[in-house]
Amino acid sequence: MPDLFEWLCRMGDNTLVLGHRVSEWCGHAPVLEEDIALANTALDLIGQTQMWLGLAAEVQGEGRSADDLAFRRDAWDFRNCLLVELPNRDFGHTLMRQFLFDSWHKLMLTGLCESQDDRIAAIAMKSLKEVSYHQERSADTVIGLGDGTAESHDRMQAALDRLWPYMGELFQPDAVDDRMTRQGIAPDLAALRSGFDAIIADTIQEATLVLTDSRFAHRGGRDGSRHTEHLGHMLAVMQVLPRSYPDARW
Amino acid sequence: MYAQMIQSEATTEDAEQLAAFQARIDAGERIEPKDWMPEGYRKTLIRQIGQHAHSEIVGQLPEGNWITRAPTLERKAILLAKVQDEAGHGLYLYCAAETLGISRDDLTEQLLSGRMKYSSIFNYPTLTWADVGAVGWLVDGAAIMNQVPLQRTSYGPYSRAMIRICKEESFHQRQGFDIMMKMAQGTEAQKRMAQDALNRFWYPSLMMFGPSDAESIHSTQNMAWRIKINSNDELRQKFVDQTVPQAEFLGLTIPDPNLRLNPETGHYDFSEPDWGEFFDVLRGNGPCNADRMEARQTAWSEGQWVRDGLMAHAAKKRARRVAAE
Ligand SMILES: [Fe+2]
Ligand SMILES: [Fe+2]
Repeated sequence: MPDLFEWLCRMGDNTLVLGHRVSEWCGHAPVLEEDIALANTALDLIGQTQMWLGLAAEVQGEGRSADDLAFRRDAWDFRNCLLVELPNRDFGHTLMRQFLFDSWHKLMLTGLCESQDDRIAAIAMKSLKEVSYHQERSADTVIGLGDGTAESHDRMQAALDRLWPYMGELFQPDAVDDRMTRQGIAPDLAALRSGFDAIIADTIQEATLVLTDSRFAHRGGRDGSRHTEHLGHMLAVMQVLPRSYPDARW
Repeated sequence: MYAQMIQSEATTEDAEQLAAFQARIDAGERIEPKDWMPEGYRKTLIRQIGQHAHSEIVGQLPEGNWITRAPTLERKAILLAKVQDEAGHGLYLYCAAETLGISRDDLTEQLLSGRMKYSSIFNYPTLTWADVGAVGWLVDGAAIMNQVPLQRTSYGPYSRAMIRICKEESFHQRQGFDIMMKMAQGTEAQKRMAQDALNRFWYPSLMMFGPSDAESIHSTQNMAWRIKINSNDELRQKFVDQTVPQAEFLGLTIPDPNLRLNPETGHYDFSEPDWGEFFDVLRGNGPCNADRMEARQTAWSEGQWVRDGLMAHAAKKRARRVAAE
């Protein structure tokens, strides 16, 4: 795959897969305000997906659309990080996953606003407003639940422990990322780490949670070499109509 | 309707006060939360607004069933936004009910224990993507029939909630119709889905208005209070008259052999839905009653630790602020 296409799929698949996961909550959230907020987050992420995958399809130049990329690729062609494909589990896991991803996403988009590629900078600028709001909200919720009752604290700690090993993948550049950075298209992922750690440390402390020292990182999502078992199930649901009725227009 | 068969509560206040209250309503004045109102008026409104709110909330489920399977990114976004609107409608309506002296938590407990109802229509399943179109077209369409006149209802907060809600509902209806149009003009399989959706949703949509209430005392009282504006039959007829030409435009057949334009009345004659089925659904025996209640109960009970956690945190924050002062 050409670098730019591959890289755009990484951005668009992150938002697609996370948007899908968040949308699974619709109608089932702990409180009405959360139903509305989660739908809003999912909606923003799906909108961002349309922009990223729309541009990916355009640079690929094979006459495909964002929908073709979303609904007609198999799991091994997906380029999202493993973190976003993990199942929702309880509300604590969902919000912790959101907070961790939002915190990375915000830094990434901030860097992308300076991209040499104007189309990418434009998408980043538009997305950054939404994502800053997501990050503020998910951080507040992590703090509220971490520093809530004994039960909510324990659930948030369990979520953090479970999800933390999936964070490292987002800071480990590969050859594609390196070339994007050299061309001034995308920031250096490794360089985002210190800013991220500072944000996380503050919020986690306020939430009275404890971060493990381990930097072990699962990987295999961003290059598609080894996704989790969960992605295939998600795609089976998400892609069922376009796959079952390939000639239909919806 | 989203609020079906609302029984009016008896009122025992003194005649003079009641007459003065009725005069305000007859003069087209809005009753506001701080105004005096008969106990029956207050209780009936709580029941009606509460049932309407619950319908918005439970109504998220049949359409939410297809969010994860929406066939394009744009359809997914539109459906998410629609379901989000419905949650918002629930929120406005709970707020309107709260002005009558009942809390949202109380109303929720009454829904979950089965003491309060939601609209019968949400106890029907959404089985294909065309059902998402049919729900927008028919169910939101039927809801609008009732809600547009309710913008002029006598109770201020309810009226204002309706004004906000109606704007969004007409959007929903158009989007639903747009899905139906794509399906009806699509492949053979899509056409079949569209017709099947209409077959399954037609009579349940007619049931939304409730059985004929021409003879009902409750209805007479509720109309005098202007918390009900039209009779059930009037609204149902209006709905049929509006919907039949739309179905023809789509090239779909309404599943009623008796449907015909009556040249004398200028309205369509149509078959009554099976009211036995309607009462079965109200008694809990619709195809999805158990699933819908289970989904809401699970959301509520599994969300308990979240609500408790956030409340506990808010209390700690308040205490820290007081200590700092
Ligand atoms: Fe609604
Ligand atoms: Fe609606």
